[in-house]
Amino acid sequence: MANVLTVDDSVSLRKLVANTLASAGHQVAEASNGAEALEVIKTKTFNLIISDINMPVMDGLTFIKHVRVLAAYKFTPILVLTTEMDPAKKKVAKESGATGWLVKPFDPEQLLTTIRKVLG
Amino acid sequence: MTNRLADIQQELMGTFFEEAVEALTQIESGLLALEKCQDDPGRIHELVNDVFRAAHSIKGGAATFGLTQIAEVAHHAETLLDRLRSGSMKPNAQITSLLLSSVDTLRALVQWSSSGDGSDAPATDALCKDLDAAAQQLGAGSERDTAAASKPASEVRKARYQIKFVPKPDMLTTGNDAVRLLRELTLLGDTKVIADTSRLPGLREVELTKCYLGWTIELEGAVTRAQIDEVFSWVDDDAEIKIDELVERSSAAAAQSGERPHDPAARAPEHAGDRDGGGSIRVSVGKLDMLMNMVGELVITQSILGELEGDGPIDVKRLASLRDGLALLARNTRALQESVMSLRSMPIGTVLSRFPRLVHDLSRQLGKQVELKLSGQTTEVDKTVLEKLGDPLTHLVRNSLDHGIEKPEVRRARGKPETGTLSIRAFHRGGDIVVELEDDGGGLDLVKILARAKERGLVGQDDVLSDEQIRELIFAPGFSTAEVVSDVSGRGVGMDVVRRNIKAIGGQIQMSSVQGQGTRTTLRLPLTLAIIDGQLVGVGSYTYVVPLLSILESVEINRARVSQFEGKLPLYRLRDDLVPIVSLGGVLGVTTGRMSLDSGLLVVVETDGERLGLLVDELQAQQQVVVKSLETNYEHVEGLAGATILGDGSIALILDVQGIARLARSAQGSSVVRAA
Repeated sequence: MANVLTVDDSVSLRKLVANTLASAGHQVAEASNGAEALEVIKTKTFNLIISDINMPVMDGLTFIKHVRVLAAYKFTPILVLTTEMDPAKKKVAKESGATGWLVKPFDPEQLLTTIRKVLG
Repeated sequence: MTNRLADIQQELMGTFFEEAVEALTQIESGLLALEKCQDDPGRIHELVNDVFRAAHSIKGGAATFGLTQIAEVAHHAETLLDRLRSGSMKPNAQITSLLLSSVDTLRALVQWSSSGDGSDAPATDALCKDLDAAAQQLGAGSERDTAAASKPASEVRKARYQIKFVPKPDMLTTGNDAVRLLRELTLLGDTKVIADTSRLPGLREVELTKCYLGWTIELEGAVTRAQIDEVFSWVDDDAEIKIDELVERSSAAAAQSGERPHDPAARAPEHAGDRDGGGSIRVSVGKLDMLMNMVGELVITQSILGELEGDGPIDVKRLASLRDGLALLARNTRALQESVMSLRSMPIGTVLSRFPRLVHDLSRQLGKQVELKLSGQTTEVDKTVLEKLGDPLTHLVRNSLDHGIEKPEVRRARGKPETGTLSIRAFHRGGDIVVELEDDGGGLDLVKILARAKERGLVGQDDVLSDEQIRELIFAPGFSTAEVVSDVSGRGVGMDVVRRNIKAIGGQIQMSSVQGQGTRTTLRLPLTLAIIDGQLVGVGSYTYVVPLLSILESVEINRARVSQFEGKLPLYRLRDDLVPIVSLGGVLGVTTGRMSLDSGLLVVVETDGERLGLLVDELQAQQQVVVKSLETNYEHVEGLAGATILGDGSIALILDVQGIARLARSAQGSSVVRAA
């Protein structure tokens, strides 16, 4: 099973992601903003990162930019959690290094489906 | 599996509600700060961003948890905020009040959803319309609303596509894997995949991190073009993609629908009721770590003491380490107690945060200018105390705005700045929490208060009262000086209720005022309700605990100052006051050596604004006692607030001073004489 990091300032959404993934047998770590997440990824190597965009301290896109340049995370799928799907937003997210997105609202089942796709 | 997933979602609903309430408070204070801030574009931008982010998370969370009404209102508010954000604009008064009423509505919706009591949802249509209209006024902005709207489920028919997919060599570095995308396509329908290996270099030149293959895929099934686009949506710049539809068939052959089977709206929050009133509390990890640390210390102490166990002789050395161990244990216990108490504590800011809005709305309504200054919001207060503090504080704030701070023209005439100031400070003093409200308004008008009290029959027409006694009158039931009963305060619930509420949580309220200069109200609250400071008193062979908070002073009785009247409690002349004497032994049915009033000690307590002298045999130590409920272990006994266990293992009963007063009154068949 995979090592997943979920980054979100909202406890409820972060736990929703974490508990859902844990129920499917994944190891899940949590961080409440980009800066915290940058610390967490030093502790072990994750196979997948799911990050919110709008966060205090360090937003999701800045975080992803920082992660992408790390050798260990060059190919790691990074999904952004977002409510918006407009092309401009997507372009920015992609340029930051995001792999794909997870659209809010999602329910646990949709989440697992997406994760299965990404992790193969 | 599905059930378990649904459970996960349900379990987190309560967390979402808590979060939403916090976010709403944040939005509220952000909006109020915006209104006040000068035209500093940087600051405005920052504030609008904060408010936007909070609204955005409510929307995202609500939608995810299937709370459509909340998501809807948040969405409309967010749209308006986005317009402000893109223009870096400061909202005008109209927009601010619109956004503030959105906060109110959202709060009501959160309340409604979390109570799940089956009542009708608060109306939102009009508000959403107003928000949209306001957004419209601000101009087109970005077209995010339409983008965010869910895509209509388009008609799905059988189709056949040929897809050419040639990734650029670097595609892997965005985390996208070509194999995953191909697999995703195979999920949509029947596929035939042909690999194009023409770009593959010789084995020696192959770089593992690069992508050399390309594919042509034939896909057949009930697939829409949009579904295919979605698969490639994140790689369209990183690959050459060409999608052609090969055969068209009649759209009547609409087969299985491709639309998403999930409709969050269908899942009403039927379990939401479970989340409410669970009495949960959010505790910071730091506090838990501290607690864990204390427990660790305790374990060490236990092992030190454990070494003394055994049959060996108690020699000096062992005695010394026993003493050390016990000292350590005492320290650990105290630390553990503090640490557990801090778990129950919450910053008082959670209650104070409602006041900026209240002051904003009220001052506008009253045509006054008031600046609210808060300090000490991080002061921690026991959760139970905190919950009961909200209403009394609200009342005091309303009072101050309504009766205290004057209208601008009056203030100007009195040589004061037109804007009045109301400060609310919270801090620790001794073992108590102190909350002080201070305004620079007109102060208590003693003449008016006395006149009013006479008119209401609270005091006799010819009574002469000291200033302090007049101030006391505002705490009398049914007293209100508002000339016109406004809907702001003076609704019959007066300061007497405030005082009763504060007393109920073991607190005290004091008011001091200088006419023309302002009023200061001081609330003293206990850190916790589970442990109180007590004065141990001896009555006969028993020891009782009198809560220290209610004690004013203790004096040695002097027979010459006692006067007795038939059928009434004896009175003790204490300086200028007459204080009724209650023999504790008499009330509690304890035989004591001193039933007469010739000797003994008088513990003067205050309850319900009345003074009472409790006659006891001796004063013992003052110490903290842990309150054990009598109701839980036995039954309610009038005059007793509980019991506690003293250091020597004996039990002492804790007196309920108010109850004692009632007992004494009924025993004497007459009312406790007023201290006047």
